[in-house]
Amino acid sequence: MALWRPDPSFYPSPRMAMRGPREKLAYVVVLNPDEALHLNGDRRPDAVAVLDLDPDSGTYGQVVGRVEMPNAGDELHHFGWNACSSALCPYAPHPHVERRYLVVPGIRSSRIHIIDTRPEPREPRIVKVIEPEEIHERTGYSRPHTVHCGPEGVYVSTLGSPEGEGPGGVFIMDHESFDPLGAWEVDRGPQYLAYDFWWHLGYDTMITSEWGTPNMIEGGLVPEKLLGSEYGHQLHLWDLRRRRHLQALDLGEEYQLVLELRPAHDPSKTYGFVNAVVNLNDLSSSIWLWHRENGRWGIRKVIDIPAEPAEPDQLPPALKDFAAVPPLVSDINLSLDDRFLYVSCWGTGELRQYDVSDPFNPRLTGSVHLGGIVREAAHPKTGQPLNGGPQMVELSRDGRRVYFSNSLYAAWDAQFYPEGIRGWIVKLDANPEGGLTIDPDFFIEFEEGERPHQIRLEGGDSSSDSYCYAS
Amino acid sequence: MSESWPWLTLALLGAYHGLNPAMGWLFAVALGLQERRRGAVLQALPPIALGHAAAVFLAVLVIGVAQVVVPLDALRYACAGALILFGLYKLIRRRHPRWVGMQVGFRDLTAWSFLMATAHGAGLMLVPVLLKLSEETHDGSGHANHANHASHAAGAGGPTLVTDLAVLGIHTLAMFAVMGLVAMVVYEKLGVTILKRAWFNVDLLWAVTLVAAGVVTLVI
Repeated sequence: MALWRPDPSFYPSPRMAMRGPREKLAYVVVLNPDEALHLNGDRRPDAVAVLDLDPDSGTYGQVVGRVEMPNAGDELHHFGWNACSSALCPYAPHPHVERRYLVVPGIRSSRIHIIDTRPEPREPRIVKVIEPEEIHERTGYSRPHTVHCGPEGVYVSTLGSPEGEGPGGVFIMDHESFDPLGAWEVDRGPQYLAYDFWWHLGYDTMITSEWGTPNMIEGGLVPEKLLGSEYGHQLHLWDLRRRRHLQALDLGEEYQLVLELRPAHDPSKTYGFVNAVVNLNDLSSSIWLWHRENGRWGIRKVIDIPAEPAEPDQLPPALKDFAAVPPLVSDINLSLDDRFLYVSCWGTGELRQYDVSDPFNPRLTGSVHLGGIVREAAHPKTGQPLNGGPQMVELSRDGRRVYFSNSLYAAWDAQFYPEGIRGWIVKLDANPEGGLTIDPDFFIEFEEGERPHQIRLEGGDSSSDSYCYAS
Repeated sequence: MSESWPWLTLALLGAYHGLNPAMGWLFAVALGLQERRRGAVLQALPPIALGHAAAVFLAVLVIGVAQVVVPLDALRYACAGALILFGLYKLIRRRHPRWVGMQVGFRDLTAWSFLMATAHGAGLMLVPVLLKLSEETHDGSGHANHANHASHAAGAGGPTLVTDLAVLGIHTLAMFAVMGLVAMVVYEKLGVTILKRAWFNVDLLWAVTLVAAGVVTLVI
């Protein structure tokens, strides 16, 4: 459907997006861990659930809709929109398309679902399923992960090949037909591992990060490979226009699992943040800043989050020998004004807020505790110990509301929370001048065997859109 | 008055092309915002106009050469058919040219503008005017006989060239003026918020204009 006016949820600049209306719905993937782990489960498929975020609604803070996938065991993980603010980009403008379809990959099945959120946003419907064979055949890739709406198509990152080896990379889908068009890279240079990607649209630069090949992750984190520094510890910078590898940035091989990429939203800025999950020397997590100086890109560590000492009998088998609980920073999110960075410490059960107005010198401005391997901090609404910890974190466009869920990835959940994760989603209120408080009334608990992962807000959020106009 | 309408139309179409955000003013504004200086907006305008002129020149050239080998009436039907089909195609399949890249110099911008104008059929849209003008050129130079094209097209190189350059000049100048004006007003005064309110679907209107141009080609 073509519109006569641009889709009202497209904004030229991130600052303008901040002034848009408040979100009233969220979409969240919920996965059935038993199916993801082939545990002879109930064959119940994963689903996309709809959350009511409108405080004036009678069903505020509840699941109000749900669409099940056609197959079991997809392991839905990350997802994105067919179109977003990048449709306004001046060099290939097509602003009269709709932000309407969710592109929802199964990271384990490599199946991609196209879900229509219209005409009734609370009753999304599957309108197309792209089978793994088609993705393999057309792109050579498998295990799709991040989805971003780019200026001329939907970009999807993948972890590897159908056989479970590398290299992982990026492919493009047509944003109207959703046909996979082929591998994106023309020259991948030394890049082999893949995970997340994003870009600096103003500088024609793509950034990709490194997790591990499917074979390195699907059976759980492999301790020998971790101690051997075989997981990702680099970033890669690419010429977005010519699709060529430009430069690799190495954090050092002791920094393992370099995951979520959060470039500054303002297209005229040339820096961004990425989390390294674990430092092999002391189990700490860290946040790194990549930045450009004199035409070359560099990287430096700007935040260190130490492990917390713990009694071995409080720890899962994987951690007993260390007598410490690692923060396991597994997701981060940057506000649209590039001012606050939110950091999920999944291991220690903490969500932190940093003021990154000066990106080289972040200041800790807020922190709340919920869940955690040892801490099991309770939510005020229930007062009961919580398991899992802050993980996929999403931030409203205006930067006032933080939503997060508590599971990571089924095979890894089982290593760090072996008793099983009971899924929940909570909301925090962020003070525009810094500071975080838990919304005591907002606590969504999921059924046993349903784990929420990435949350996407209706009309876009702080990690869904890319902008071509400087604020 | 009847003699000046093709020229007026050329100028109006130039203004229309200049007004279309996809033809360049928006790119110029974005480059200005990116570099935070007005100079970047102004610098982007000449290469964009040049690329647009090149696309129009291509259409002029094709029509000129076609007249040598095809009778004017046949050409008229062919062009009308092409315009209507292209317009309908753009109404049904709303694809947009693929381009990625904000780091653009003079050459890139020229190439981009040429690509955008060609893909949108900016030159094609001028065809009815071009045909009308070449008819007048021929009539004016005393070769009223339509059946005798090949000989006079070859012989009337002088006035044809002047006409072609005038076509190119008037259209491009109008396009440049409107594009520059809109770019500066948006950059200096309105800001890109205007995109959310005022960017109606030019592509649809554009497709309709192409069909209309095809119909006009038939009736003039």
